[in-house]
This record gives sequence, structure tokens and C-alpha cells, in this order.
Amino acid sequence: MALQLPRDWRLQAQRYRLLGAKCRGCGRVVVPIRPVCPGCGSDDVETIKLSGRGEVYSYTVMYKVPDSFERSVPYVVALVRLEEGALISAQITDVEPEEVVVGLPVEVVFRQWRQYGADGHIVYGYKFRPVMPGMAATQ
Amino acid sequence: MKTVAPVGLVGYGAYVPRYRLAASEVAAVWQGGRDHLPVREKSVPGPDEDAVTMAVEAALNAVSRAQVDPAELGAVYVGSESHPYAVKPSSTMVAEAIGAGPSVLAASFEFACKAGTEALQAALGLVGAGMVPYALAIGSDTAQGRPSDELEYTAGAGAAALIVGPAEGALAVVEGSRSYVTDTPDFFRRAGQKYPRHGGRFTGEPGYFGHVLPAAEALLADLGHGPEDYAAVILHQPNAKFPAKAAADLGFRPEQWEIGLLVGQIGNAYAGSSLIGLTAVLDQAGPGDRILLVSFGSGAGSDAFSLVVTDKVSARQGLAPKTMDYVKRRRPIDYALYARYRGKLAV
Repeated sequence: MALQLPRDWRLQAQRYRLLGAKCRGCGRVVVPIRPVCPGCGSDDVETIKLSGRGEVYSYTVMYKVPDSFERSVPYVVALVRLEEGALISAQITDVEPEEVVVGLPVEVVFRQWRQYGADGHIVYGYKFRPVMPGMAATQ
Repeated sequence: MKTVAPVGLVGYGAYVPRYRLAASEVAAVWQGGRDHLPVREKSVPGPDEDAVTMAVEAALNAVSRAQVDPAELGAVYVGSESHPYAVKPSSTMVAEAIGAGPSVLAASFEFACKAGTEALQAALGLVGAGMVPYALAIGSDTAQGRPSDELEYTAGAGAAALIVGPAEGALAVVEGSRSYVTDTPDFFRRAGQKYPRHGGRFTGEPGYFGHVLPAAEALLADLGHGPEDYAAVILHQPNAKFPAKAAADLGFRPEQWEIGLLVGQIGNAYAGSSLIGLTAVLDQAGPGDRILLVSFGSGAGSDAFSLVVTDKVSARQGLAPKTMDYVKRRRPIDYALYARYRGKLAV
């Protein structure tokens, strides 16, 4: 935890608001933010706020999990293909594992990731859920 | 109370988690299935939800409707009795998550179930005084009832967020407000305790009715209004019986309170309770509709507000999910899963 606190603090803006890096050269978008584009090697990248919409590219169901993730077992971890093209790994929440399929439209939500015990800090960040009725028509 | 400059709501948003616990599940575990049930079911937060995550979604919905850049918010106020930290403000986490600040006044409010409307009173004052252009007021709670206690039937979860701004851009103008408090021992939780206690005989009279009614009556007298002037009334909803009786005592008819009375479907969302009811009413409101909102918080007190909906409402209702979209998005769970999700099992 001693090193987790500063790490979680450094990353919180991109985790809270789902920020990514977009290459001004080739246009590639990646999450998390990287200073150099993995596509063309350019260091001319900008930070952008992502739409938070995408679909499940692939997924797995977690039963044996690291400490502090037991609360949600079983849960789904997926690769989500965002509208902007980036492929990111994230938990799918508000869903039963059997409801998740490849191609499922999802939207970003802000949730707890983990708690470092009863007296430690709480880590928050992005997860995805199936697109809510009412949301699809408006955005 | 009235602000110097006219103010109103420029945006609103709600959030209700998807899990539901039927009151009959609680009765089956603790009363052999035989009990009178104060609600049909209540909302239960998922294992990765808390008052902050729910506040963030409600706030983002309010921002979508207000079409205001979060950077323009001058204040972020979060009212709750279930802040995830005892010491560390929920408001800074919400501000960071929605992209407000860092030049923003952020504060967490506490006043049992009226912490959200108290945040609204403060927001009205800031905007009405011209100190900030917009202020965000949120009520959000993941309420806990002691297992077997009668509160376990109703202690629910949900959040509502309101963005206060100048009246000329408002979807509902605030005509006036009132606050009414006394030192009443109807319900309390000591520091470090997980579950609250309630002073049973204080709950209805002098608690709920002893504050909701005088707050509402005083505001109606201030404005020279009667129940017939209102399209809808929303009172704090600890169960289905109290708000219906109080509204009837004030002279309102069922069709005025039924749209905003959601306790039977989501339970008592504490600081979110009456505010979520308001969002459900705003989802269906039309220009010229007058709305009365009266909260109640144990300890005890009520805040009352009178609003008039403007012609800007219809263009903004569809900019975020409606409150009933969340209410209808429901997955029933049994008492065992509820006990696990709410941390009631010793592991």
C-alpha cells in the first residue's frame, strides 16, 4: 500500500474521467496514457477525454482473484473496443456473467475498484456496463 | 427565504442502483414471513458502489441536462449520511470525477436524510448572492439498517443532483424556500457505530410530521399559495404512509403526490429520497407547473422549496436517462446476496 497510494493518486484523473492519449501523427488512441505512440513512435501525443462508449471485444469470468477484489466475485473482465478505436481492459459491472457476449454495447461508469482494507484508501475508476435504456437514444 | 438575484435549477439528474431487495425477503428472515410491509422493495447498491459513485453518475446526468461545462461550477456540495470516508471529503472526489475545479468550493454536508436539500439551500445562496455562476448540490446515500430492525425494510440507496444557476437559464425557477429545525432525538448513529438507532416514539410525531408540516405551511404562507396552486408535491419518503398522510393533511390530492412518490419501488434513499422524487417529477413536468419539495432529516428538520417550471424543461428532459429508467432497471436479489453485498457477513 505504501507505494500504491502515490500511484493511485497519479493515475486518478485518467481513471476517473477515462482519459486517453491520441497521436497527432497517425491518429491512434491508446489507454492508459503513454508519452510515445505505440503505432508510429511519435512523441507528439495529446491527452483526450474518451466518449466512454464501445463494445465487448473479448472477456473472461473471474473466480480466483487478488486480495480486495473478492467483493464482486464472480465478475467479468473484458477487453472493450472504444468508439475511438482503443482497446482497453476493464471490469464489466451491473451484469450477470452469462449476459456478457462479444459485441455487447457498453458505456463507462465510475465505480470502486478496490479497497485497501477497512482503514486503507479506496481506489475508484472506470468500469463499463451494458448500455442503459434511455442512454442509447440520447448520446 | 429568497435570494437577492433570481435563481433556479438549470440541470438535474438521478441515479438508482439496479439491485432490489423485496420487503418480503426481510420479513421471511426475521419475522417468519409475517409482518406488515412498509414498501414493496428497496434499492441495494452493488459491491462496487457507494455514495460517491452514485453521486458522480447523478451529477454527470445533471451536467448533461444543464449543458454547463463542469469547469464553470463554483461549488460542489455532497450531502450524505454514508460518506465512504469518515475523514476525507466526498465532494473533492466527485469534483475530480466530473471534471470540476480545482478552483471550486467543495464541501460535504450531513443532516441525516435532509443533507441533500441542505446542500441545495447553500447552493441557492451562493448563486443568488452572485458569488458563483453555477453550484452543484447532491444528495446521495447507501443507507444501512441494523439486521432485523424495521429500518432494514426501507433503508435504500440512490442519488440526485441539481445544478443551480441564474433564473434566466433555468428549467425551474425557485420562488422561495424555508428551513425548520428542532433538537429531536428520533434517530441517531454515534461515531464508529455501523448502524443507527431510532427513538421509536419520536419517528412520526414529533419527528416527521412535526417538521414537514410546519416547513411546508410556512413556505406556502410566505408565498400566498395553496395546495391548488401546485401540479406536484414531493415530501421525504421514509415509507409509503408518512408522505401520503402529510400531503393529505396539507390539503393535497393523491394525483399531486403520486408521480414523485417512489419509496415503494426503491425504498428510502435518505439524502437522495425527496430529491430523486423531484427528478421524477421534473422528467414529466411542463412549463408553468408549480412544484413543492419538502425534505425531512432526523435530528431533526425540514427544508421546503417552491419551484415553477419554465419552457426550457422540455428540451433538457431527454438529455440524460430519466429517473424511471433507473427505477425500472431492476434485478431482484435474495437476502443472502444482499447480506454479502452490504457487508453484513463476517468473513
